[in-house]
Amino acid sequence: MTLPLRVAPPLMFGSLRAFRLIERNLYVYRHGWIVIVSGFFEPLFYLLSIGFGLGQLVGTVPGPGGTEIPYQLFIAPALLASSSMNGAVTEATLNFFFKLKYQKTFESILSTPLSTADIALGELGWALIRGALYTGGFLVVMVALGLGVSAWLLLTLPAALLISFAFGAVGMAATSFMRTWQDFDLIQLVVLPMFLFSGTFYPLDAYPEPVRLLVQLTPLYHGVDLVRSLAVGVVGPSTVVHAAYLTVMGVLGLLIVSRRLDKLLLR
Amino acid sequence: MPGSPESSLIHARGLTKRFGSFTAVDGVDFDVAPGEAFGFLGPNGAGKTSTMRMIGCVSPVTDGTLTVRGLDPRTDGPEIRARLGVVPQQDTLDTELTVRENLVLYGRYFGLPRAECGRRADELLGFAQLTERQNDEVEPLSGGMKRRLTIARALINQPDLLLLDEPTTGLDPQARHLLWDRLYRLKQRGVTLVLTTHYMDEAEQLCDRLVVMDKAKIVAEGSPRQLIDRYSTREVTELRFGPGVQERLDGQLDGLADRIEHLADRVLLYADDGEAVAVAAHERGLNPETVLVRRSTLEDVFLRLTGRSLVE
Repeated sequence: MTLPLRVAPPLMFGSLRAFRLIERNLYVYRHGWIVIVSGFFEPLFYLLSIGFGLGQLVGTVPGPGGTEIPYQLFIAPALLASSSMNGAVTEATLNFFFKLKYQKTFESILSTPLSTADIALGELGWALIRGALYTGGFLVVMVALGLGVSAWLLLTLPAALLISFAFGAVGMAATSFMRTWQDFDLIQLVVLPMFLFSGTFYPLDAYPEPVRLLVQLTPLYHGVDLVRSLAVGVVGPSTVVHAAYLTVMGVLGLLIVSRRLDKLLLR
Repeated sequence: MPGSPESSLIHARGLTKRFGSFTAVDGVDFDVAPGEAFGFLGPNGAGKTSTMRMIGCVSPVTDGTLTVRGLDPRTDGPEIRARLGVVPQQDTLDTELTVRENLVLYGRYFGLPRAECGRRADELLGFAQLTERQNDEVEPLSGGMKRRLTIARALINQPDLLLLDEPTTGLDPQARHLLWDRLYRLKQRGVTLVLTTHYMDEAEQLCDRLVVMDKAKIVAEGSPRQLIDRYSTREVTELRFGPGVQERLDGQLDGLADRIEHLADRVLLYADDGEAVAVAAHERGLNPETVLVRRSTLEDVFLRLTGRSLVE
């Protein structure tokens, strides 16, 4: 007698069915792929204007491990990390809110075998795919501009995805609590300062000690430092800490958003 | 009432849905047999949609027993939904996709191979008379077309149980008749239909058996014919009087019929021979402005059971 096939232990969140959501988004963006292309240029413009323009005045700055590195090399990984955050947050807040509140897309999907966890996972997966496209493009540009100085640079791709994962999941969780479009101003109020002050444009030494500690608690700091260490090739225990921070943040976000979707959609 | 979790497609005992302190469905019992067209008839707010959502596994059961095809919605939701077609009260079509993509993608959600989804989509476009609009956006479609697309979408997984929540509300008569025809064809193919409606003509047209719901409870159950036989007379005579006359009738109609209902704008007299009632009223010297003798309908049943009209 053969043992009955054991059903694989259910994934903690959702199932492979989540891929259907990604397929849906591919269909949708087939009609409007230009929207996707536009997201590639934002970090590129920052790199050209601030990195190369301002970089000429700055010269070199202390990078990870304390060695002096050209300003362009200092800022490029940070822009990569920030654009991963921005891309994920846009997808997870505005687009997600529209589908959740107005389009009723998810309600019809829940009448199929898909679950709320599948929806959360699928939507997040889509944000990651978008993020990967941008990251890949940006890395090509970095290498072309002579900023590919370490083989570790290849690992910035998964690192950027981890940033998208963390911010996408938390962004969706936050969105599930939003009532109106006005509430999204609050998100900008969190995202913009992180973009400006997380060691993106200058080393953290510029801050007095208490401020520096505060900045080191914020998620984008971990994202920026993670990508920068990899891009420069100075990898250490702090790299692992950054990755762990972002992983925990993403998992928590996913847990919350699954719960919230249950509450909002399965009444 | 016969039925068990094994023999019934849907089996409910003491089924209850509460939202906080509000009870939307209050301990209802019913069974739906395979191949049957079963209706929930009742006014808005009677608990029909809540019941349908529990059957569709998108609303947790608060209390009582519910099985669908012998499975428990609490634990087997994905398995139940895999064989279910759902037409919600409001169209939830994907407005970011075209008509055809709506069908193909919905098939993908059920895990069907892409080629099969395409085949079924083409077939259903024909069934829903939407082949010519297949590459159009969803938004500009008429209400009837959207409804037909929603029904077509619900059929992409070839369900043997189709849940329809007020399938024709808001449609013009032509669109309704086209929909009824399509639903009738599905029934002929052996698909079990469960629908809610507050139109008694729809219930009479489509349902083999129905339950009347009011204030979260089931107040009667049977075939449309049985319900009429049990709760109403064969015929009804409707008398409409001039302004102010109805209030001054003062029992002049007493004894003319088995039962008399005074509505705001007319008086309904229930009797097996409506013509005779009309004649008798005339002999008593009453001069209604209009007299209408008609067959009893489910509306009369509902009026009798609840003292109110269905559509208010």
